[in-house]
Amino acid sequence: MDVQLKVRRQNPEAEGTPYWKEYALEVPDHFTLLDALIQVREEVDETLSLRCSCRSHICGSCSMRVNGHANLACKTKLSDIHSDTVTVEPMGNMPVIKDLVVDLEPFWKKLYSIDPYLQPAGEVPEREYVVPADSMLHLDGVVNCIMCGACVSDCESLSVNPIFIGPTAFAKEYRFIMDPRDAADTQRLMQMNGPGGVWDCTHCFQCVEVCPKDVAPMDRIMAMRKMLVDDGLAEKHNGARRQKAFTDIVGRYGRLDETRYLMKSVTMVELAGYAKVGLRSMTHGKLPPLRPHRIPDAARIRRIFERTRSTQRRRFKLHQQAQEGSPV
Amino acid sequence: MIYKHDVLVVGAGLAGMRAAIEAHNQGVDVAIVSKVYPVRSHSNAAQGGINAALGEGDTWESHGYDTVKGSDYLGDQDAIEILAREAPAAVLELEHWGVNFSRDETGHLGTRNFGGASQARTFFVADITGQALLQVMFEQLVRVGVRMYNEWFVTSLIESEGVVRGIVGMDIRSGQLHAIQAKAVVLATGGMGRVFEPSTNALINTGDGMAIAYRAGARLMDMEMMQYHPTTLKGSGALLTEGARGEGAYLLNAEGDRFMKKYAPNKLELASRDVVSRAEQTEINEGRGVDNCVLLDCRHLGKDLIMRKLGQIHELALELAGVDIVEQPVPVRPGFHYPMGGIKTDVDGKTTLDGLYAAGECACVSIHGGNRLGANSLLDTVIFGRRAGAAASEHSRSLPSPSDSFPLGEAALEQETSRIRALLDRPYVGELAAKVRWDMGVNMVKHCGVFRDADGLSEMGDLLQSLQDRATRVHVGDKGRVFNTNLTSVLELQFMLDLAVAVQITALTRTESRGAHTRTDYPERDDEHWLKHIQLQYRPNEAPEIHFTPVTMTRWEPQVRSY
Repeated sequence: MDVQLKVRRQNPEAEGTPYWKEYALEVPDHFTLLDALIQVREEVDETLSLRCSCRSHICGSCSMRVNGHANLACKTKLSDIHSDTVTVEPMGNMPVIKDLVVDLEPFWKKLYSIDPYLQPAGEVPEREYVVPADSMLHLDGVVNCIMCGACVSDCESLSVNPIFIGPTAFAKEYRFIMDPRDAADTQRLMQMNGPGGVWDCTHCFQCVEVCPKDVAPMDRIMAMRKMLVDDGLAEKHNGARRQKAFTDIVGRYGRLDETRYLMKSVTMVELAGYAKVGLRSMTHGKLPPLRPHRIPDAARIRRIFERTRSTQRRRFKLHQQAQEGSPV
Repeated sequence: MIYKHDVLVVGAGLAGMRAAIEAHNQGVDVAIVSKVYPVRSHSNAAQGGINAALGEGDTWESHGYDTVKGSDYLGDQDAIEILAREAPAAVLELEHWGVNFSRDETGHLGTRNFGGASQARTFFVADITGQALLQVMFEQLVRVGVRMYNEWFVTSLIESEGVVRGIVGMDIRSGQLHAIQAKAVVLATGGMGRVFEPSTNALINTGDGMAIAYRAGARLMDMEMMQYHPTTLKGSGALLTEGARGEGAYLLNAEGDRFMKKYAPNKLELASRDVVSRAEQTEINEGRGVDNCVLLDCRHLGKDLIMRKLGQIHELALELAGVDIVEQPVPVRPGFHYPMGGIKTDVDGKTTLDGLYAAGECACVSIHGGNRLGANSLLDTVIFGRRAGAAASEHSRSLPSPSDSFPLGEAALEQETSRIRALLDRPYVGELAAKVRWDMGVNMVKHCGVFRDADGLSEMGDLLQSLQDRATRVHVGDKGRVFNTNLTSVLELQFMLDLAVAVQITALTRTESRGAHTRTDYPERDDEHWLKHIQLQYRPNEAPEIHFTPVTMTRWEPQVRSY
């Protein structure tokens, strides 16, 4: 099989500006992109730098952008790529050190910032903590995260908002919040509630798309938003107010009434800031009707909301069980 | 630069991080240096689980006996007793630190079956146990706040007259060499799989710690004992966990027979790894293989169990071999996996050099002897990592500060700097590190594989001499300093060649068959002459010195070994 690799190179010890270099290779059909890059490094051009180790999707070293999207090079089978040329670039949202090697220090610092370790309460039991089997099984989905950085690379929020804590650290935070043994969930949630927290996610799905281990960081972010709302921790937050306004209005009328949505989701001071837009909309006939239309079968919509609410499970926490005195 | 610490741990996998956490808890100034970020370490590749006699009706004696039998009576029984006795506390500690071990329906820890074990005593997190443990160990390292030197490549030990007091290492990011002086050094650098081709191991597993300790004068032990894992994927050689067989998967030959009934009528697929690998290789050699493989059949386990407990190997088989294990048997064969041998230590990780400790895969206590049981390696890392960290801390307390006691950092740094400069200045004569490594690797599998004999081993000895010679002419094409992986690969090649020689010499020396070491010219175990360890002492420019030491026996007399 012939492949054409187009690799973005950068050498801080030479001119320092990025440039493209192409490599034409003949490789066996089963080759991954990592196999091909190793072949380049070993046989064609020893100056090519990249990180790699396990070759089996478990160490998280070899994430890079392949045809514009982050993935593990060892998980990218060349025979599955249908473009004539495979474009290979370092991960995004991180400064380049050399070639495909990026500076991960900011990535780790953000991870450390969330206190990424179990914080249990009370005395350590003599044996194991006794917890429901499915609560541990549920964590597998996040423990699967190999910290490869692919989600951070392609995160749209991070590209414009450098203080955004980012999908990897959020997934880790979720892992502790959902762990029955961890007692710091309220502090953790409050930390996620501030600037750079869960409300800064733009819901773009990139992290879900590119994650090579199906960790679905954005789903975890959304779950934490919901916990913040349910636990009454987010009432003063615009994002939370918007979410509440949206569900209240759609749940009641079956459709979104933009005027009410605005009034319910911002403060009076902020509302004044919308006056000019409001006036212009009115003079151009674009203002939504002041009395919202209720869609004919709004009751059905309401029932959907009720049903989703009742199926959502409260997270199981040992320290709360202990306080409430109920047996595990 | 010259940095100073009381205790320096080299390697940030499970053993290294556990050692560093222990040293921190003992109140000494500890730092950890690793050539990759800690969570990239190869501990994450352990899939199946970790053993402990924690369940009702299980005893440490039973775990100990299984381990001794698994080792084909070459394991030191005092060390194995420690392993088995401390296992329950070690597993519970991991659970308390946050490992989300699989639970049974009552919410208590659940177990799975594993090879060579008389009870289901393997605790696990799906088939990502190593990763789950590594993440949690890293979390604890962050919690206690151990200083990390990440992406540093250690080139040598600072050693003089049998006393070790630090390392010289390269910050890979800048390419600068630095010395780190320490009163005690703990090596926890993991395995040496890249000496063999193919292997289940990661590209970083180049035996650095074993090689630098060996060159500094520490002894290696049991180096002929190299484990071939029975179920590695055809093609890529990726590992498919023993947990699959633990959950009930079959091994089939070309005729569709569960051939293990012939080799291990009681334990079948769950005999110890050396037994299963030998059986597979025999089937393949006698023409009952499928394309140089046998088949691992998981189909009868059902999709639900496979996805819940064997998700990772389902993904690997699908991505790397195009086989959906729910629908089809997957071709597997024995593949190089794990060295039972390594740097000789006592039960507290102390090597034969003063101030030097070792733990985990790079060390040889010896608890694995001739053959390691599955799920005993994760256990080894946490138990002997902790013990080595404690012993190194205690040793460091008995000494004055590193600079006063051992002002050798500068000299060592200068020496390594000129060595590296000479490497970078070598002219190109057509010799590439990758090519030499490849020739070493495929021939090591050929001659030091599942089956060995004097002819093949002698041939390998000659070949290694010529490879050593070629390695002196290997050229570094990348002349830069920043992230020069070409340079590190040349340094690693030298490490690996030293270890390949150690394997070849000890394998030729042991004229019997025991554990993973099967000599077709000496097919029987010979307790009368060979119930002993082989140790090697490095000598520059000549063959290493060979020493024999007795196996420590406590309560288990050698018996005929059958599964």
